[in-house]
Amino acid sequence: MSGALEEALIGNLGGDDLPLLQQFKEEARSEFIRKGLPKFREEEYKFTPIAKTLEKNFSFQSNNKKQEVDASTLEAVKIDPAAEINLFFINGVFSKEHSVIKDTDGLIIKDMKSASVENKEQVLAHFGKLHDEDSFTSLNTALTQDGSYIEVEKNASIETPVYIYHINTATEVEAYSFPRNLFIGNISSKVTVIEKTVTLGGNNAFLNSLNEIFVRENAHFNHIRIQNDTENAYEVTQSKVYQEDNSNYSSFTFTLSGGMIRNNLNIISDGQNCESNMYGLYLLNGKTHADNHTSVDHKQPNSYSNELYKGILDGKSRGVFNGKIYVRQEAQKTNAFQSNNNILLADSATLNTKPQLEIWADDVKCSHGCTSGQLDEEAIFYLQARGISKEKAMGMLLYAFANDVVEKLPTEAVKNYLDEIVSNRLNS
Amino acid sequence: MLKIQNLQARIEEKEILNGINLEVKPGEVHAIMGPNGSGKSTLASVLAGREDYEVTGGSITFKGEDLLELAPEERAREGVFLAFQYPVEIPGVTTTNFLKTAVNQVREHNGLSKLDAVSFLKEMKAKMKLVEIDQSLLSRSLNEGFSGGEKKRNEIFQMAMLEPKLAILDETDSGLDIDALKIVANGVNKLKSEDNATIVVTHYQRLLDYIVPDFVHVLYKGKIVKSGGKELALELEEKGYDWIKEAVDTAEAV
Repeated sequence: MSGALEEALIGNLGGDDLPLLQQFKEEARSEFIRKGLPKFREEEYKFTPIAKTLEKNFSFQSNNKKQEVDASTLEAVKIDPAAEINLFFINGVFSKEHSVIKDTDGLIIKDMKSASVENKEQVLAHFGKLHDEDSFTSLNTALTQDGSYIEVEKNASIETPVYIYHINTATEVEAYSFPRNLFIGNISSKVTVIEKTVTLGGNNAFLNSLNEIFVRENAHFNHIRIQNDTENAYEVTQSKVYQEDNSNYSSFTFTLSGGMIRNNLNIISDGQNCESNMYGLYLLNGKTHADNHTSVDHKQPNSYSNELYKGILDGKSRGVFNGKIYVRQEAQKTNAFQSNNNILLADSATLNTKPQLEIWADDVKCSHGCTSGQLDEEAIFYLQARGISKEKAMGMLLYAFANDVVEKLPTEAVKNYLDEIVSNRLNS
Repeated sequence: MLKIQNLQARIEEKEILNGINLEVKPGEVHAIMGPNGSGKSTLASVLAGREDYEVTGGSITFKGEDLLELAPEERAREGVFLAFQYPVEIPGVTTTNFLKTAVNQVREHNGLSKLDAVSFLKEMKAKMKLVEIDQSLLSRSLNEGFSGGEKKRNEIFQMAMLEPKLAILDETDSGLDIDALKIVANGVNKLKSEDNATIVVTHYQRLLDYIVPDFVHVLYKGKIVKSGGKELALELEEKGYDWIKEAVDTAEAV
């Protein structure tokens, strides 16, 4: 059941710029009004009181005024100044003016508005196909105005990484964005997509994004997300992935700062010999609240999934990790591994971690483990005994812990970019 | 160089060192022997500054300075080196990176400029030969998955890189086969000079065939109960520790 908060959200925000999807949007609107935002202590949002937080921090008055952002500001947020494909979305709407898309064989990149006209059949064949019960799914569908459409043609191996920047302009008033992305990797294709969220200005910003990702037979899809935002940034992001035979999907999620951040990553592994990798790193301090919920649903035999999320928590931050692994009865010979390791640097930091395995098949290899603790005192002493200061020793050990995730990045420019941020943050 | 006077230390509520007196001069090699639990490793740890131990009395001066006032890293920078009995495995930090940081922090302390990548590599190559350690080992995570012998050799390699004034080898020989022992001892001998000193803490006399001590001290119940030349080690090898224990226990009983 929804209340005043939901009415304000659904009534004042969003737009009707996607006529092709009008029916989806209307259905989603009714669904959202029926369900409302997650209730207090509702299982899936048990540790992340998102409705309360939104109510406290946002007025949800309409903000349709077009915001100007100057080019130098956007230049500064770029991960790789030399990148050839940069898509900028400002408050959820594509900015043609600031985006640069190098013409690349085998790669179709459009804003959702154009795609819903020019690639109508593909959009209709995929949009909303990975719909789920989460009320943020219906919220995004109801309110989205734009997003990116990325399709990689059969056999195309794209070497140029695709950078997508979600810019929220909270300079004068609150900012909202509801980007909806559709990524399709056709048979034997390969691509890397990087998303970064950036809030400008000191007012609060709310981003509710949704990615639907289709990784067709034998295709490779690398997906990197960087959240290194201001403390007034509130985000609920969703990535819903569908994998077919022999496909490979790898996700890398870096949550380095922000207000309250919730990431849902849901993978349906619906093919044989699929590989799904889920890597995450969260470095939290201050009052940052970061919640990563992931699930991988193994539906066919002989597939593999591997998950590694690591966290360093300081200050009054809170980290939440929930990893679900489903292995259906048909999915024999599944190998599924999960681990979540945490270092708590302050007594005032909180961590909630929960693995959830549901296995119906009998011939599988699955493992999970979560740890949380402090740095190893003996290791610190060992480094000190070689002349390294205690502070530096701790920095080196924390960096080594975090680098375990950073080093797995497939794109050199992103790896260097993150390495510098992580290294500076951890005093290494 | 090092002067220990009436040193007493405990861990939690247990007294381990009960009045150690020891003086080490430049160029000397001292062996500290004794039965298990006599306080040998505690002495080594207290010298290096391990915080688990509380010094309850006595003093340690090193090059005229109060060593107990210094943090572990300051002791290392002043030239104290402890070769660990159990070197710590540190995943994600390569030996090379770790040593570069250590060497440069020590150099900085001593008013020297940092070594650039090229000079550091050159220095490393030279020292690698000394302890017969392989490059591939050094690009791996520090001690992670190393065999016992590789860990001990890595300790001596670090010692070679840091060129300490006072090296304390804590049971460096334990668990080593004779070939590994020879390599380690050979490395230590090559690093010996008129200006530096070595304290060899060991349970077995075997190591002292290769690192020949000027003085041998027997530690028992947290005190040095007997000192002598290298022949004392041979005597201990032959007769064991019981005769010393008996003599001390009898004297105590009187």
